[in-house]
Amino acid sequence: MRWFWIDRFTELVSGETATAIKTISLSEEHLHDHFSGIPTMPNSLILEGMAQTAGMLVSQFNAFKERVILAKVPRLVFHCRGVPGDTLTYRAKLEAIEETGARAITTSHIGERIQAEAEILFAHIDRETAHRPLFEGEDFGDLLKSLRIFEVGRNPDGSQLNCPEHLLSKT
Amino acid sequence: MPSKEEVFEKVRESLVDALGVDDDEVTPEATLVGDLGAESIDFLDIVFRLEKSFDIKIPRGELFPEDILTNTDYVVDGKINAEGLTELKKRMPFADLSEFEKNPVVQEFATSLTVQDMCNYVESKV
Repeated sequence: MRWFWIDRFTELVSGETATAIKTISLSEEHLHDHFSGIPTMPNSLILEGMAQTAGMLVSQFNAFKERVILAKVPRLVFHCRGVPGDTLTYRAKLEAIEETGARAITTSHIGERIQAEAEILFAHIDRETAHRPLFEGEDFGDLLKSLRIFEVGRNPDGSQLNCPEHLLSKT
Repeated sequence: MPSKEEVFEKVRESLVDALGVDDDEVTPEATLVGDLGAESIDFLDIVFRLEKSFDIKIPRGELFPEDILTNTDYVVDGKINAEGLTELKKRMPFADLSEFEKNPVVQEFATSLTVQDMCNYVESKV
């Protein structure tokens, strides 16, 4: 089992922006008790979805070679609830990226309505051991394929985003 | 070129946003770690905000020269030696290190940086 809080990417422009969607379903077990009779997508998991959207954008910029962790959320606002049947559209904009980390602005929308917004800071960690596989026994290439990153991803010049060579054998 | 007051106001705004402190807590004498509660990850946040606010580029290690603080040529028994202090002063002409020099324990270095040091650094870049 993996910690997926987005269903798939619908757009990604390398180093600039990404959009992903998450459809909330009543079959998700965590909604059964949160809250009884008022199923509500936990805000913490919505933040995680926004962070995964932005985190993949950060990670893709460095060809998925850096270990990117969510380091800080300086600003987080929720405007309304997410409930079963809603499709959350997460948008991330990369504001800055450098050797040690990155900063992104993210939003969550339900249709045209803004549902949440966050500033997220990512850190690149453990650079000395970054060459070791992060997903032991798992296929990271398959994860990226499931999320359709290379299907929808583009370079800033509009050309198709290619899967990095070190992941090719696994996709 | 922005005035000293304009630099201070923008630095203050960056610190308020990055550290979640109140406006009036950010005084020139306030230390980032000791008074404003900055943690290591906050420094990356502060750097990004200053870069955006002033449209400047802050190279890694320029504002916080961690390479000196982790260099065994300069650090002996957890303290910066004389060569290290000379190097720090050369690299950080914007910072008042007089207090730190009295007891140059590496772990205390970050606690000695003040809001004024930050303003001085930015003024040297804009």
